[in-house]
Amino acid sequence: MSETTYLEAIRRGMWDAMEQDERVFMIGEDIGIYGGAFRVTQGFLERFGEERVIDTPISESAIVGAAIGAAMMGMRPVVEMQFIDFIACAFNQIVNFAAPNHYRWGPAVPMVVRGPCGGNVHGSAFHSQNPEGFFHRAPGLKILAPATVEDAYGLIQAAIQDPNPVLFFEHKFLYRRIKAELPENPAPVEIGKARLAREGRDLSIITYGAMLHVALEAAEILSGDGIELEVLDLRTLKPLDDEAILATVRKTSRVLVLSEEPRTGSLAGEVAARISESAFDWLDAPVQRMTCLDTPVPYSPPMEAFYLPNVEKLVAQVRQLSSY
Amino acid sequence: MSQGFGPLHPGAQEPAGERLARTELGAEEQKRLYHFMKLTRRVEARLSNLYRQGKVVGGLYSGHGQEATSVGSAFALGPQDFMGPIIRNLGSMLVRGVQPREVMTQYMARGTSPTGGKDGNTHFGDLERGLVAPISMLGALIPVMAGVALAGRMQGKDLVALTYIGDGGTSTGDFHEGLNFAAVQDLPLVVIAEHNGYAYSTPTSKQMKVDNIAAKAVGYGIAGEIIDGNDVLAVYEATRRAVERARGGGGPTLIEAKTFRMKGHAEHDDAGYVPPELFEEWAEKDPIERFERHLLGQELATEEELAAITAEIETGLDAEVDFALESPFPPPERALEGVYE
Ligand SMILES: Cc1ncc(C[n+]2csc(CCOP(=O)(O)OP(=O)(O)O)c2C)c(N)n1
Repeated sequence: MSETTYLEAIRRGMWDAMEQDERVFMIGEDIGIYGGAFRVTQGFLERFGEERVIDTPISESAIVGAAIGAAMMGMRPVVEMQFIDFIACAFNQIVNFAAPNHYRWGPAVPMVVRGPCGGNVHGSAFHSQNPEGFFHRAPGLKILAPATVEDAYGLIQAAIQDPNPVLFFEHKFLYRRIKAELPENPAPVEIGKARLAREGRDLSIITYGAMLHVALEAAEILSGDGIELEVLDLRTLKPLDDEAILATVRKTSRVLVLSEEPRTGSLAGEVAARISESAFDWLDAPVQRMTCLDTPVPYSPPMEAFYLPNVEKLVAQVRQLSSY
Repeated sequence: MSQGFGPLHPGAQEPAGERLARTELGAEEQKRLYHFMKLTRRVEARLSNLYRQGKVVGGLYSGHGQEATSVGSAFALGPQDFMGPIIRNLGSMLVRGVQPREVMTQYMARGTSPTGGKDGNTHFGDLERGLVAPISMLGALIPVMAGVALAGRMQGKDLVALTYIGDGGTSTGDFHEGLNFAAVQDLPLVVIAEHNGYAYSTPTSKQMKVDNIAAKAVGYGIAGEIIDGNDVLAVYEATRRAVERARGGGGPTLIEAKTFRMKGHAEHDDAGYVPPELFEEWAEKDPIERFERHLLGQELATEEELAAITAEIETGLDAEVDFALESPFPPPERALEGVYE
């Protein structure tokens, strides 16, 4: 079998969902004839037609609002945000309509909002964000962030099948950079379950998205020094897999939460707080975070590199933490 | 079925090279217009070269074919007025006093750029020069420019705020909310809607059900006007009228300029979704060539004068490009500076 890219895995996951379930439809800007700004929906229009691959005006609030309405009526909309940054334009529909709807008066909102997030492609402030922190506190949402080809396929499938509103953050840096073989009939991945990406005994890195690959690289380097990192890939950011988080902390007693977000109000802070509350007795060192800087995403390459976590910085911080 | 590209106003249907709109502008001012349109095109051509050499960081967005809308409208502003340009309005910024080196250094992410490398492309502003920087979220500038106009009135300043939107951008909530607010407040706001046929790959027929964006003005009870966006004099005159109306307390105006995007959405986009006939048709209406024929035909300029303007631009640009290329990238730590005042 040939290798599949992360992008192709998402595409195939959605394609299969469209084939399997006629309630599933795609909606977003330039997703039809153009196949999406990153070509994730390439070929969908030809196969599924205009009724199920809907090109929209530039109206994020209308797109998400319409998806919510259709979802309540039993459809399974998958919304593409051209860049995830534009999700801000639909913030109200997501946090005030979709998220609390079921809790307030019953109807489920089986909707997926997906799009490319993340930096390291010199997209500057409005084409590089990781907005999970903005949404993490909204009860009623699920948030997914695949880091591997298998999870890209499995989680988009699970997201579409889930009866709740799901935000699906694809990392654009990974789109064409990572490849793996997918089985003939890949299975959906259960939402809410983290994945142990690497077993180790000395220190746990808890991470997700593109940062998983930074952690795995750092683990290889540190292994040479005799430090064995355990790497936990959260992949579901909401609801968090507390069990898996606590299990790794109890095992290694030292933990660093790595995420590609500005530090303040980050998901990393939430994970760190949970560990401090529930696993204090197991800790040999303070829980640490490695995040981006508390600045907007800078544009110039040296500044962006300074802003983002990377392997070098991670290795240095882990060395410090392991000698605490 | 709406075709998106509705009937143009009569002027626009005249064959290319026909007479442009009437104007009071004299030969010298018209030559200035020519200078700025040509400068816009040449700056973009240089950037396109630099992009191919891998010197531009990130994307490159061009206003090729739309130079008249930016230049003609910005030319109608007074020094006290404010402007909020968007991604294809390089020409407006140049008229407003932005130097090509600012644009080159921005696109190349150098430490000498107006944002010191913090942001890219034409995303910068300067309140001293009456320039408000855009954000990428389309439509967001319209309420902000309404606020600029509001403050101007509160402060007893005689200022008008001008901003732009694409046909696609008129579908955003902010466009409607901003224009409606400006309308009920009778704010001195002028919005130029550049109707250039496509929003990325999406034709206007998929964006709105009306042929004419100016028709939306009716819904807010404000003045609306349709103009030939490839006639720089028509753009200038319509904007001048709107600016006068705004200054006189007559409230906002929505001007629809019919034009065409002669390239893809950005340099990476080959615009394969645009029928080639449309490019051919609009190439004949090229705003710069048309204006050149006008200047020569009306004996407002000679071939030699126009050639001299172009030559001067090219020499100037050589230096600007060199300056940008020789500028270092910013020190990484500067990323930390300036989050707060
Ligand atoms: C709110 C928002 N959604 C999506 C985008 C992504 N995007 C950037 S430009 C563009 C098309 C803009 O079309 P139009 O407004 O007609 O201007 P043009 O590019 O044709 O000048 C889109 C969809 C954006 N910038 N802002």
